[in-house]
Amino acid sequence: MHPAPSVIIFTTLSGLGFGLLAFLGLGLPDVTGWVAFVFFALAFGMAGGGLMASTFHLGRPERAWRALTQWRSSWLSREGIAAVLALAVMGLYALGAVFMGETWRLLGLLGTALSLATVFTTSMIYTQLKTIPRWNMKLTPAVFMSFSLAGGALLAGQTNLSIVLLLIAGAVQLAYWKQGDQALASSGTDIGTATGLGARGAVRAFEPPHTGSNYLLREFVHVVGRKHAQKLRVIAFALGFALPLILLLLPMEDVMVKHLFAAVAVLAHLAGVATSRWLFFAEAEHVVGLYYGKR
Amino acid sequence: MTELPASTTRKMGLVIDLDTCVGCHACVISCKGWNTENYGAPLSDQSPYGADPSGTFLNRVHSYEVQPDQGAAQLIHFPKSCLHCEDAPCVTVCPTGASYKRVEDGIVLVNESHCIGCGLCAWSCPYGARELDLAEGVMKKCTLCVDRIYNENLPEVDRVPSCVRTCPAGARHFGDLGDPDSEVSKLVAERGGMDLMPEMGTKPVNKYLPPRPKDQIEEQIDVLAPLLAPVAEEPKGFLGWLDKALDKLPGGNA
Ligand code: SF4
Ligand code: SF4
Ligand code: SF4
Repeated sequence: MHPAPSVIIFTTLSGLGFGLLAFLGLGLPDVTGWVAFVFFALAFGMAGGGLMASTFHLGRPERAWRALTQWRSSWLSREGIAAVLALAVMGLYALGAVFMGETWRLLGLLGTALSLATVFTTSMIYTQLKTIPRWNMKLTPAVFMSFSLAGGALLAGQTNLSIVLLLIAGAVQLAYWKQGDQALASSGTDIGTATGLGARGAVRAFEPPHTGSNYLLREFVHVVGRKHAQKLRVIAFALGFALPLILLLLPMEDVMVKHLFAAVAVLAHLAGVATSRWLFFAEAEHVVGLYYGKR
Repeated sequence: MTELPASTTRKMGLVIDLDTCVGCHACVISCKGWNTENYGAPLSDQSPYGADPSGTFLNRVHSYEVQPDQGAAQLIHFPKSCLHCEDAPCVTVCPTGASYKRVEDGIVLVNESHCIGCGLCAWSCPYGARELDLAEGVMKKCTLCVDRIYNENLPEVDRVPSCVRTCPAGARHFGDLGDPDSEVSKLVAERGGMDLMPEMGTKPVNKYLPPRPKDQIEEQIDVLAPLLAPVAEEPKGFLGWLDKALDKLPGGNA
């Protein structure tokens, strides 16, 4: 799949943003006034900014509101609705916390549930696609949810929680890579089933239907970056999980240094998750590539 | 709503004969022509005469080589357009309701004035049957020439899809695959018509007729060969004399 920057930015930022909102809704940390303002501004900036970025890849962004209508069948529609509701509920909660010094716990809990639901629906947009075996796995929602929770805890300053959640997310990431590498082969789909000619012998794409490129090749067949995949996996894992864990676990007396380390941990995690998301797209093989003798 | 109908009254679709397709791409061009000049947004091209030309097509012809364990390889031309699947994933994933499957004939269409061009339907189609038009920003796909097949302004012979009407080899057939007595259903039964990627669970309506087994190559390739023995006989008369005279000249025989 073509790793479109808009979609990578969207899923990375909004995952972190909704993760942070989920913790804020729980009262972790239980903040009001100016401190709350900073936390909420950060969370809304990432969650909302991510959503904005996602509309950049639309052919007709001016009609985006229509995407809220098909919740009965479409995960993309459900995601849109969950996101709007989560932002509205948490917006109300934030008003109370910032301007009235009130933390309406029930509203916050509802906001937490909606924020997590948004991340889950995002993951299901990818998971539902049988055409991309590497995404069509139970581990895909696990990746999105565990990343969002770990990043959210990190941003919310929940040191102990984020250590546990980072460990979980890192493990999920490794399992996802391991299972994903087998996904296409074990899906049973190959050029033989794609053409229906597999039983007659070895099928080889002899001539493509067009001499130039086209939408299908640009969108679905991305082989350029895959040769660096192993290196990028190491970078993603080191930045996203290993480095933040080390920074959090180092015994630190000085409060300033502790904060500095936490900030570096957040930035490293952000870069690591973005790299992992790039790989999520670049490594995903769409079965339509088989018709072109590619993957 | 982009929920799929539980069942459709008819299942209109194409039957494509991989045995007779000669890979001439005439259907590709006629499809592009008809669907650019008629219903919906035109199928645009990007830098058609430039260094890197590309464009939107609803029908494309691949060519495959199949090498059996024994014997000669076979070249198979393989036209591919929307298969108007019964369980069309492209319809249910659409967030706007722009993609839908018609109850009356099972044709899968895109409402271009509702489509936001998110591309998710193309992601969900295993067959690469949908292409986002770069000029219009909306999704394009085979309409089964819905503006021809019921069009009373056209002579009856033309009320079939453009690609079917154009095919010089008769490799494309159009009809109701939901009716077991239709010509196309009989053809599918007779020739063992098959689904592409059945494991995807899309239940395509369009069927592909597999290539027939190739004839064996024997010693005597052409049964008419004995009848086609050389007609030139020993020259007589003046030509006979000339022939002999030339043979006697130095320089050898040809
Ligand atoms: S071939 Fe693709 S576009 Fe056509 S109905 Fe099936 S899934 Fe949808
Ligand atoms: S590109 Fe258009 S038709 Fe396809 S899923 Fe998006 S809105 Fe629906
Ligand atoms: S039925 Fe019409 S739209 Fe579909 S491939 Fe044939 S010519 Fe193109």
